[in-house]
Amino acid sequence: MHQSILVFRNFRYLKWALSVAAVSILLYVVHEPEYGLPNGGTLLGYVLGTFGALLILWLMWFGIRKRRYGAGGAPVEDWLSAHIYLGLTLIVVATLHTGFQFGWNVHTLAYGLMMIVILSGVFGLFAYLRVPELMTNNRRGMTLVQMMREISDLDTACREAALSLGDEINRIVLKASQNTRIGGNIRRQLSGDDPECATSEASRAVRHLADHAPPSQAEGFRALMGLLARKEELLSRARRDVRYKALLDIWLFFHVPLSFALLGALIAHIVSVFFYW
Amino acid sequence: MTERVKIAIVGSGPAGLSAAGRAAASGVSHVLLEQRDHISDTIYKYQKGKLVMATPDILPLRSELSFQIGIREEVLGNWEKQINGLKANIRYNSEVVAITGEKGNFTLKLSDGTTLNAEFVVFAIGLQGNIRLLGVPGQDREWVQYQLNDPDEYSDETIVVVGAGDAGIENALALTKQNTVVILNRGSEFARIKQGNLTAITAAIEKNQIECIYSADTVRVDDDGIVVKTPQGETKVKCDRIIARLGALPPRKFVESCGIKFPYSDPSSLPELSGQYESNVPGLYVIGALAGYPLIKQAMNQGYEVIEYIQGNQLKPADEPLLEQKFANIPGNRSVSEILAMLQESVPLLSGLTTLQLREFLLDSNVHAPRGGDVIFERNDYTNSFYSIVDGGVNIQIDPEDETKVVSLGQGEFFGEMGLLSGRRRTATVMASKPSLLIETPRRSMIKLINSVEAVKRVMDEVAVGRQIQTYIAPGIPLQDLQDLIRTVKVEKFEQGAVLFREGEAGDCLYLIQRGSVTVSREVSGKEAVISYVAAGNYVGEMALISNAPRSATIRAAVAVEALRLDGVPFQALMGRNEAVRRTIEARYRGRMLENIETTEQPEAGGIIQFLIEQGLGEATDVLLIDEALCVRCDNCEKACAETHQGTSRLNREAGPTYQTIHVPTSCRHCEHPHCMVDCPPDALRRNANGEVYITDSCIGCGNCERNCPYGVIHMAAKPPKKPGLLQWLLFGRGPGPGQAVSGKWGPDSNKEGGAPKPKKAVKCDMCKDVLGGPACVRACPTGAALRVEPSEFFRVVSQGL
Ligand SMILES: Cc1cc2nc3c(=O)[nH]c(=O)nc-3n(C[C@H](O)[C@H](O)[C@H](O)COP(=O)(O)OP(=O)(O)OC[C@H]3O[C@@H](n4cnc5c(N)ncnc54)[C@H](O)[C@@H]3O)c2cc1C
Ligand code: HEM
Ligand code: HEM
Ligand code: SF4
Ligand code: SF4
Repeated sequence: MHQSILVFRNFRYLKWALSVAAVSILLYVVHEPEYGLPNGGTLLGYVLGTFGALLILWLMWFGIRKRRYGAGGAPVEDWLSAHIYLGLTLIVVATLHTGFQFGWNVHTLAYGLMMIVILSGVFGLFAYLRVPELMTNNRRGMTLVQMMREISDLDTACREAALSLGDEINRIVLKASQNTRIGGNIRRQLSGDDPECATSEASRAVRHLADHAPPSQAEGFRALMGLLARKEELLSRARRDVRYKALLDIWLFFHVPLSFALLGALIAHIVSVFFYW
Repeated sequence: MTERVKIAIVGSGPAGLSAAGRAAASGVSHVLLEQRDHISDTIYKYQKGKLVMATPDILPLRSELSFQIGIREEVLGNWEKQINGLKANIRYNSEVVAITGEKGNFTLKLSDGTTLNAEFVVFAIGLQGNIRLLGVPGQDREWVQYQLNDPDEYSDETIVVVGAGDAGIENALALTKQNTVVILNRGSEFARIKQGNLTAITAAIEKNQIECIYSADTVRVDDDGIVVKTPQGETKVKCDRIIARLGALPPRKFVESCGIKFPYSDPSSLPELSGQYESNVPGLYVIGALAGYPLIKQAMNQGYEVIEYIQGNQLKPADEPLLEQKFANIPGNRSVSEILAMLQESVPLLSGLTTLQLREFLLDSNVHAPRGGDVIFERNDYTNSFYSIVDGGVNIQIDPEDETKVVSLGQGEFFGEMGLLSGRRRTATVMASKPSLLIETPRRSMIKLINSVEAVKRVMDEVAVGRQIQTYIAPGIPLQDLQDLIRTVKVEKFEQGAVLFREGEAGDCLYLIQRGSVTVSREVSGKEAVISYVAAGNYVGEMALISNAPRSATIRAAVAVEALRLDGVPFQALMGRNEAVRRTIEARYRGRMLENIETTEQPEAGGIIQFLIEQGLGEATDVLLIDEALCVRCDNCEKACAETHQGTSRLNREAGPTYQTIHVPTSCRHCEHPHCMVDCPPDALRRNANGEVYITDSCIGCGNCERNCPYGVIHMAAKPPKKPGLLQWLLFGRGPGPGQAVSGKWGPDSNKEGGAPKPKKAVKCDMCKDVLGGPACVRACPTGAALRVEPSEFFRVVSQGL
């Protein structure tokens, strides 16, 4: 129905970005440094460096613009599309600025940080493009809250169904309802699974006990197993939902703080080149 | 012996109270009869601490009692003190059940069996009506209640809720948190309730949180429970409490039983009254909300005035200065009554109105004096007001391509009725042709008038039929050539889901949709599959007439529909006579053939249309959709809404259903005929030229719109204090961050700025009419997942493939 952020406005910002990159490369090719190899200290180096630094500031301004909800001007979608493409051109602009002169110094630290920020951005972009649809399909029209509510309803139903099936089963079911977790630490969230899921364990145990149950309880066991299976299914969907949400969010925890680190390193870089020169 | 007074006043709302106050002050013998044991039951039932608003501000108050904005308790307390100070003769617990007799000698029968004589009777019983009781023995037990103020008040009880309407369901759901709840439903399913309530109650029953007894009739209330009869027999449901929510009996029944006439059965119809509030029964007067004046101040003024009138005193109505102000731009130094007479003379439509109706009509209206060439409204505007030409004239540009093609209207005629009827965009641009005098009347007053004055309805209908045929079917053809066709026209109404005609039937007529919208569907492998959608201002059924074949599709009302039924024979004759008409209709026919083929090849498009119609898009003018294949669930849309609208988001992204990847969040549809507008006392809900339905500052916070909106998109909220700016938050951590939920110091209940408590008013989506660049939700969406669409446009896109 409508298009992704990449195709947005018929690739307008891709075209801008390609032009910027092309101009930078052209200048780099024609430019003859007064002495030595191309580097940040030449005239072109200054030009590209300054441009790159401004670009970084502008990219970071996006965090502010995004929150100025009443602001006029271009919609956030334009900003993001431009952010992505122009963010990527930094790879060209900044690299040419360095003249490929890397070393163990604060300058290269800034460069490195920049590359990590860009990389995390690329990851985020990938998540933004891929995850929403997976998430929608997984939810089947339910919200996470609705899933949770249904899980807790199933839980109650399980405990009721267990009542007539003896102490052992009751204990198992109770344990399952107390120890089942959704989410948890970041690793858990991202895995979208729980290898030690208490409900799965209970389900296995109940199945095992059902094999030895007297025929009079067969009906009760069947009902309980049905409920547990349904709960398991919902649990795995809920966990997957948590995973998707985590994928959509986690990269920003790198992208943004590292942007600030980059800003710091950049300032250090600029200050230092003026001192040591 | 029966007590005898000069004036009996029935009902102690603001209207009746003020009347009693005036009667007491001027020493007339009187009695004020109130069915409850306290004054002003309607206001008594407002929420605790509700701020009572004294709108309209410009209207002066004329009463022995004082009234200004204040909380409910203060207002009632003051009135009680003042009315006792005036030594008014009030009888509480005195419900009037019948009135007989005539002017000078009325007999009022009270519910306790006693009677009372009066020369004049003033009806001031408001609109709330009488709450329907269970109507079985034991209905008055102390633990049987007919209202629920605070569901959290009860815990660990078994509560039976009687009544499966919205109110009953909402109560039942709220009570389940702490109680065992049984709901009694007289029907075998839940019918005619809000979608949200239906989903919630069905889920709660499925999960055994609520027990529902279907097809249940109450038999009696015993000491320990309620006895019900079901198809399986009689059973007793033991309980600690019964909450009966059976709605109210409209007061109109009672009023009619006293001989007072209402011109129409439509609920918005008002009794016909003289300029002095006297009804068609001499000596019987009607004032307040029942007379069509739904605000407290108006009701109080009328209470004062009616006593003066009964005593034979003339006085200018209190709204006189308002009318003077309205008429300021009418040339010539004429008095209000002269102008009123002049208006009735020059606009035939208004000639059938009583003085009172005319005054009310004009109070709501505006007088415009455009110069020649001024634009009154533009084609495609969404405005829905109605214009009468008092003087001068206008040109209606009927052809968007050719500005010179105009229809001229002159003094006494009216225009703008089509937008009013269809709720859709204006179909033509209208300009003043010379210096003119126009009256612009808002939608609500016009609807009230149409439903209250027969002559107005008749004239409107006649003119509207002709104009719609001219506009939508036979442009440029003079009315006299259309008479054959017009004569056969019948206006037919269809409920949501009703069938206009079925696939395979013989076709002998054509329907022009005047209001609402319809779906077109066809039988595909034994199932009815929707293939497209047709909005008001279009016709359906021409295909069978042109091809002389049976109907090729089924047409169903997507929402409540009003359609003009045009007979096939004169229609075919018209096509035979007129080349241009035939060509446009045939072109449309071919277009539809193609469209049908296209959509039949795209069954999934039909599914989407069907789904969206179920979500109310059939009556929407603009709706927010979310493409879940793009939505990254950042909730920036909600945050943007809250940030640009005093901290309360008017949309709930996650709520609402999804079909494939199309999600319809809970947000305003900006309906063609907004349900929320129906019952707003100060007429605070308006629509402006771009179509957005918004709430003006005159909202008094009564909550009617919140209840009336079927999509649950209106909330009651108070304005929180202004938050510190974004940079202050970023740099110094002042205040809550963007989009963060606010409570406490920055919350709506905060009294940080000091002063009186803040009124809760209705808030809803206003399509960011005051925000730079348009809807903030859409503008804030980083991935373009949120989009606002106009349904007919969207449906067209859908049927051509996504
Ligand atoms: C929730 C809510 C909030 C509102 N907020 C405001 C506001 O802030 N400002 C504002 O201006 N308006 C407000 N309104 C509207 C306002 O309340 C009404 O317009 C006003 O009360 C109408 O006054 P009334 O005297 O005509 O009738 P009512 O106030 O309805 O009084 C009718 C009285 O008649 C009695 N009665 C009825 N039948 C009989 C009978 N047969 N025998 C004896 N007595 C009888 C009733 O018990 C009642 O006391 C609000 C309305 C609602 C529902
Ligand atoms: C105002 C902006 C900038 C100025 C004035 C500037 C200036 C300079 C100068 C003068 C040099 C040469 C130093 C030397 O040869 O010792 C240099 C090198 C370099 N700059 Fe920048 N620069 C700027 C922005 C940037 C940016 C945005 C980056 C990348 C994030 C960057 C990364 C580097 C790197 C990696 C080198 C090579 C260091 C080396 O030679 O070892 N600079 N810069
Ligand atoms: C050095 C370069 C970059 C900097 C400094 C930078 C900085 C930022 C900042 C500050 C934000 C705001 C986050 C927030 O407040 O929520 C942001 C968001 C984002 N950036 Fe970058 N970014 C850079 C490059 C990139 C690149 C190259 C991409 C993609 C290829 C990218 C993709 C994104 C995305 C998808 C968002 C999230 C938008 C949202 O959810 O609203 N960024 N970036
Ligand atoms: S508030 Fe509700 S009834 Fe009113 S226009 Fe919006 S969706 Fe329609
Ligand atoms: S806008 Fe809603 S709450 Fe406000 S006065 Fe109108 S109906 Fe009542």
